[in-house]
Amino acid sequence: MTGDSAASAPGRSGARPERPVGRDMPGSRSARLLEHGFLRGGVRNSPVLRLLLRWVRRPLLPVMRLWRRNIQLKVVATTLLMSLGVVLLLGFVVIGQVRNGLLDAKVRASQSQATGGFAVAKQKADEAVGSGSGADGAAPAGGRGSPNVTEWMSELVLSLSSGGQGAFDVVTLPPVNDSGGGRGPRASGFVDPNKSIPENLRERVDSGTGAVQSYSRIMYLSDKESQPAVVIGKQVNDPKGEAYELYYLFPLTQEEKSLSLVKGTLATAGLFVVVLLGAIAWLVVRQVVTPVRMAAGIAERLSAGRLQERMKVTGEDDIARLGEAFNKMAQNLQLKIQQLEDLSRMQRRFVSDVSHELRTPLTTVRMAADVIHDARVDFDPVTARSAELLADQLDRFETLLADLLEISRFDAGAAALEAEPIDLREVVRRVVSGAAPLAERKGTTVRVLGDQQPVVAEADARRVERVLRNLVVNAVEHGEGKDVIVKLAAAGGAVAIAVRDYGVGLKPGEATRVFSRFWRADPARARTTGGTGLGLSIALEDARLHGGWLQAWGEPGGGSQFRLTLPRTADEPLRGSPIPLEPKDSRRNRGELDDAGVPRGGGQKSATVPAQPATEQASAARTSLTPRTATTSPTADPTALPGNGARVVSRPVPGGGAGGARQHDDEPAPRTTADSRGPDRADTAGAAGNLGPVDDAAHTASRGNPDLSHAGAEGADEQQEARRGR
Amino acid sequence: MMSFMKGRVLVVDDDTALAEMLGIVLRGEGFEPSFVADGDKALAAFREAKPDLVLLDLMLPGRDGIEVCRLIRAESGVPIVMLTAKSDTVDVVVGLESGADDYIVKPFKPKELVARIRARLRRSEEPAPEQLAIGDLVIDVAGHSVKRDGQSIALTPLEFDLLVALARKPWQVFTREVLLEQVWGYRHAADTRLVNVHVQRLRSKVEKDPERPEIVVTVRGVGYKAGPS
Repeated sequence: MTGDSAASAPGRSGARPERPVGRDMPGSRSARLLEHGFLRGGVRNSPVLRLLLRWVRRPLLPVMRLWRRNIQLKVVATTLLMSLGVVLLLGFVVIGQVRNGLLDAKVRASQSQATGGFAVAKQKADEAVGSGSGADGAAPAGGRGSPNVTEWMSELVLSLSSGGQGAFDVVTLPPVNDSGGGRGPRASGFVDPNKSIPENLRERVDSGTGAVQSYSRIMYLSDKESQPAVVIGKQVNDPKGEAYELYYLFPLTQEEKSLSLVKGTLATAGLFVVVLLGAIAWLVVRQVVTPVRMAAGIAERLSAGRLQERMKVTGEDDIARLGEAFNKMAQNLQLKIQQLEDLSRMQRRFVSDVSHELRTPLTTVRMAADVIHDARVDFDPVTARSAELLADQLDRFETLLADLLEISRFDAGAAALEAEPIDLREVVRRVVSGAAPLAERKGTTVRVLGDQQPVVAEADARRVERVLRNLVVNAVEHGEGKDVIVKLAAAGGAVAIAVRDYGVGLKPGEATRVFSRFWRADPARARTTGGTGLGLSIALEDARLHGGWLQAWGEPGGGSQFRLTLPRTADEPLRGSPIPLEPKDSRRNRGELDDAGVPRGGGQKSATVPAQPATEQASAARTSLTPRTATTSPTADPTALPGNGARVVSRPVPGGGAGGARQHDDEPAPRTTADSRGPDRADTAGAAGNLGPVDDAAHTASRGNPDLSHAGAEGADEQQEARRGR
Repeated sequence: MMSFMKGRVLVVDDDTALAEMLGIVLRGEGFEPSFVADGDKALAAFREAKPDLVLLDLMLPGRDGIEVCRLIRAESGVPIVMLTAKSDTVDVVVGLESGADDYIVKPFKPKELVARIRARLRRSEEPAPEQLAIGDLVIDVAGHSVKRDGQSIALTPLEFDLLVALARKPWQVFTREVLLEQVWGYRHAADTRLVNVHVQRLRSKVEKDPERPEIVVTVRGVGYKAGPS
């Protein structure tokens, strides 16, 4: 609740830096957007980018949330990814090893085969030379030898490849830079001799006399598919002594098959391993996560008030220890809460008993005093005056007792809200007519504004009336005979009643302190007026019980305004007030102090109102905060009766609308910051803690129309939300 | 019938000082007080004194005030005003539900007490012959009787007053404050829940189904009105 002004001050000040943005938002922001976003184009294209990002992100959001919130999913996914990595790595290494092993064997076999083949070729050439020279008897001439060599070569290829039976093929080629008339390429087994032998291998064969090997693919002239192979080549001389290239081609089909088999096996095994690891991870994590989830669920139920909830503990492992510790904690918690409840019950009973014990004799004294008082005309002046004093002070004593009991009821948490829909105009009417005699005595007119339409809220009529009576009577008492204005407004989910007076107002820092118990503006003059000093504290508690705010604003010499804001439905948290805390006709808003050109509004408030020295007059007027009329209930104890079927709402937990979590604020406001800032800063500090800008937006906007003002408040709220969201 | 104004009042209170003081004040106002300090003897004293009104303290030795209230109510519709120092909700509600017409919280002013007592006794002053109908009920105001199909329904004077107040203006919605003023005689708004409890009690007697009242209808957010006649 924010009426607890002191408590909400820090939150408020925290929100301050954002203010200038939040306050004069509509105009300047759009202007800035125009400037940066559209006119300069590229300088800040972030809106477009952000839009795109959001568009992309939107469908992913549920997944992301699941990822963030589900540790099981995280662990399983991580395990899957990591094991997949490991399996892939292992697979590559193993496959590499196997391939190397297979190829090494093949290459070695091929090399020995090829070496043998080359030797045969050489031998055949030598033989051909020997037989050729023997047959012809002369050195062969260029033209004549050609057919022979061609034939010889074909035979050679045939005979060499005949040993292979498909295990290898043989190719002969003329050297690259040789015209080699007639010695065309030859190949066994339909091998395409030109395409199957890579160029660089031929160059290497041509440039040396040793055997050279390379990997290649065998291309076939027939429809047979190409296949990988090891090619070993060497330069060999034909019978005419001219060099030609002889190649052995060993297909690697078998090895390829083995390798793909290994690959397949490995992939299957890897997949299995990964899936199994994932499943194992899921199971293992589940073992840990299930108790943790159970603990979380039970903790939630505990915090919801079901204190008898306990975890099931089995075994002696860490999870069991967690459960045991958890249960022990829950038990201790339950015990402590029970103790506190007992204590509170005892305290309540004590207060109730004390009240009973005090009240019966007090009744007798009261009646006796009244009888004496009525008969005072027969007494001598001294006794007559004594009788008057006795009666008066008994009144005061009663009021004080009633207020103390009421406060202690709040403290004990025994106050219950009996809310039902009421028209606040009725309440205001009653309060104003009740205060009429006092107003007449003071020469004050109480005017009511904003009562053309019903102002309906779910509220406890008795409490609201008590709050308003207090505010109105205070305003009349301290209004120095000037008008008192009671203003009603409703907008959005809130209704507000503001009581404005034009009396001495409040000094800096007092706007929060007025709600403190037994606080008096000037202790030296405290006794001159009646009142218990508890009226506004009770009013604050009443407002808080409704989930509403009670706030004060004032300026020295300029009067003050007390504003009660209530949610329209009892459980709804407040987001703003339809009436600005600082009235339109405050001195600053009237522009009296604006000559410095400082814009109006919350941000610069402190600068505009000079701290005024505490005058005699100022301190005198606020001495009493609770005139006796405000709290003397003529009939019944205030919290005595329940409603019929009215909703009973438990004491609101502070925090809905305001940062102020403190229940009581008896100390005279430890708010040095607010005090040092000047009056208005201090006063608005009473507003909703973290909703600072909201309140302020309402503030500025509602200078026009109260409905609009709320729209402003909501807008500000959204923007604030958005800002936070980023 | 001004003599009724100065009626007999039975004070049931164990605090002798308070009882004596009450006696002084009541005598000063022209009532005839009689006293009893013990809950167990209260009923006998009531039968003997035949008071026009009972002032009953809730906290009594012996039988407590609630029980005494119930016993008196069982045999008489005499106005009962409770004196209570316990402001706890439950006590007061239980007191009202046991049949008390009104309650006054200690410490009270003598004038306040006297005003309450007068308000409770006042109704005897105005016997105007009048017949009212509300729902299927026929009310004879002067004869102080309520009948449904010829069967008379027993109501306490207060409940009767409440019913008559509503039945006289069946077109009007009564706020609780107005009822407090008309029926209880409160000048200023007091505890409106006094009305709630008595409306419940009244309903339990005159309604066919108190859960779905047809005679005394709640107008949510405003108050009560008489059902269609």
